[in-house]
Amino acid sequence: MPALPLHEAGKYVAAAYIVVFALVLIYVTIMAIRLSRIERQLSDLLEQSVEPSPEPLEDLGAQESTLV
Amino acid sequence: MYGKHLRALSICTAVTFAVALGLVFFYAPIEADQGFVQKIFYVHVPLAIVSLCGFVLGGVLAIVHLRTRDSRWDLRAYVAIHMSLILGVGVLLTGSIWAKASWGHWWVWDEPTLVSFLIVFLLYATYQPLRFSIEDPERQARYASVFAITAGAFVPLNFAAVRMSTGYVHPRVLGDTSNLPGPMALTFVVALGAVALLYATLCTYEMTAKHTRFQLRALRRARSGELSRAGRFGF
Amino acid sequence: MPVGTAKVVGALLRKELLLELRTLESIPGMSLFAISTFVVFHFALNQTSVSGQEAAGILWVTLLFAAMLGVNRLFVADAEQGGFDGFLLAPVDRSALLLAKALALLGYLLVFELFAVPAFGLLLLGPSLAQALPGLLAVLALADVGVALIGTLVAALAVQTRARDLLGPLLALPLLIPIVIGAARASSPLLALTAAGGPSARWLVLLALYDLVFGLIAYAVFDFLLED
Repeated sequence: MPALPLHEAGKYVAAAYIVVFALVLIYVTIMAIRLSRIERQLSDLLEQSVEPSPEPLEDLGAQESTLV
Repeated sequence: MYGKHLRALSICTAVTFAVALGLVFFYAPIEADQGFVQKIFYVHVPLAIVSLCGFVLGGVLAIVHLRTRDSRWDLRAYVAIHMSLILGVGVLLTGSIWAKASWGHWWVWDEPTLVSFLIVFLLYATYQPLRFSIEDPERQARYASVFAITAGAFVPLNFAAVRMSTGYVHPRVLGDTSNLPGPMALTFVVALGAVALLYATLCTYEMTAKHTRFQLRALRRARSGELSRAGRFGF
Repeated sequence: MPVGTAKVVGALLRKELLLELRTLESIPGMSLFAISTFVVFHFALNQTSVSGQEAAGILWVTLLFAAMLGVNRLFVADAEQGGFDGFLLAPVDRSALLLAKALALLGYLLVFELFAVPAFGLLLLGPSLAQALPGLLAVLALADVGVALIGTLVAALAVQTRARDLLGPLLALPLLIPIVIGAARASSPLLALTAAGGPSARWLVLLALYDLVFGLIAYAVFDFLLED
């Protein structure tokens, strides 16, 4: 088969690279959903552990500000 | 801690990928036979090589798991195969697009590399169903390792058998890097490095995420145990 | 004290064959399935006779799918009725079970092909089966060893899962593709209208090598499936 002209070939090359990009993007999206679930569970845990005794709250706040 | 190198790895991957893309589109010459379409080579072949190496790596990690009985090696084998499967989807899709662009059909049976890859992919597609339909965690890890070793050994065998069944029909750009002119070979090597780094980054990412989930689950379990103990003793 | 492996294999094999003789679960089912598949092929292809590569393809697809029925049943009785526990309690080499099960499956395949291959010759094959038979026997023997080894390993993997009937064939078919390549290519000249000599040596070598390598792999990993 003769080589495709550039405007024809460009579509296929673009499609191939976009497919790979889209795959990585889908993976990142799935991981993002999982990350938000982890975050929600963590904040639930944090609430539970803070409720009984209010003292550690200040400590946690201090830690948070150093992290940022 | 799995996430220690994650930042460095991600930066390396991003930089190498940018360099690779620049080389592919602005440096590597247009190939004489296939023209611009040959640019797919720089993403398809590295993906295929990395994904196959990942499958075999999964087998090697599974051997270590069966020898040491340390479930962390099973986790590594699982992640290696999982990521190879994701890259494998990319291999099949880009291969199909390349086949359409250069031979006019979405699928060609006389390209032994692509056909063998499909067979390997179909085999590995049963890894997760097999794994997750075994309930006992210890047995799940053991059976998954047996599968990973068997399938890892099957990868080269299958390639030899499929190559035997098809003649060398097409002029080969695939897989044969020895006769590439200098600039193309350089571009190919950089692209291979970029995909390998992407694989390593995604594996580390997945492992970190899994480990975080395990830790969170352990924390919740410890926490609920504490609460129920507290309840039992009438606090 | 461990008993001699050959003796253990003999005892296990006797148990398998006795069980099959008493229950007749595998071989009749496989044979009937193969013959029904030939009838299905006759109507699906709308042809009264086939030859060459087409004949080889139909024969091997049918034999493999029928073999899957045997593979799926291979360990079910052991998993459900405590055969594994009994075996694990005995102070014997674990690989004996692999060898015994593979030999039993090989036996089932050989007996079932005794019905299925003549039925194929009678129902669908254009050229006479007699001229193809000597070469075909060699191909069948080599392919059966491979199917028996892979089938045993896959059956042992799949039997502990929830979806064992589905996973068995899904695991086995990709692993069997090199055998299909070798067997179908080797038998197509035997089944051609104008007999083209014996099977080509390279396909027989492919089959033999694949059997050997898979035998070693199965031997290396099988023990790990039997620990509980």
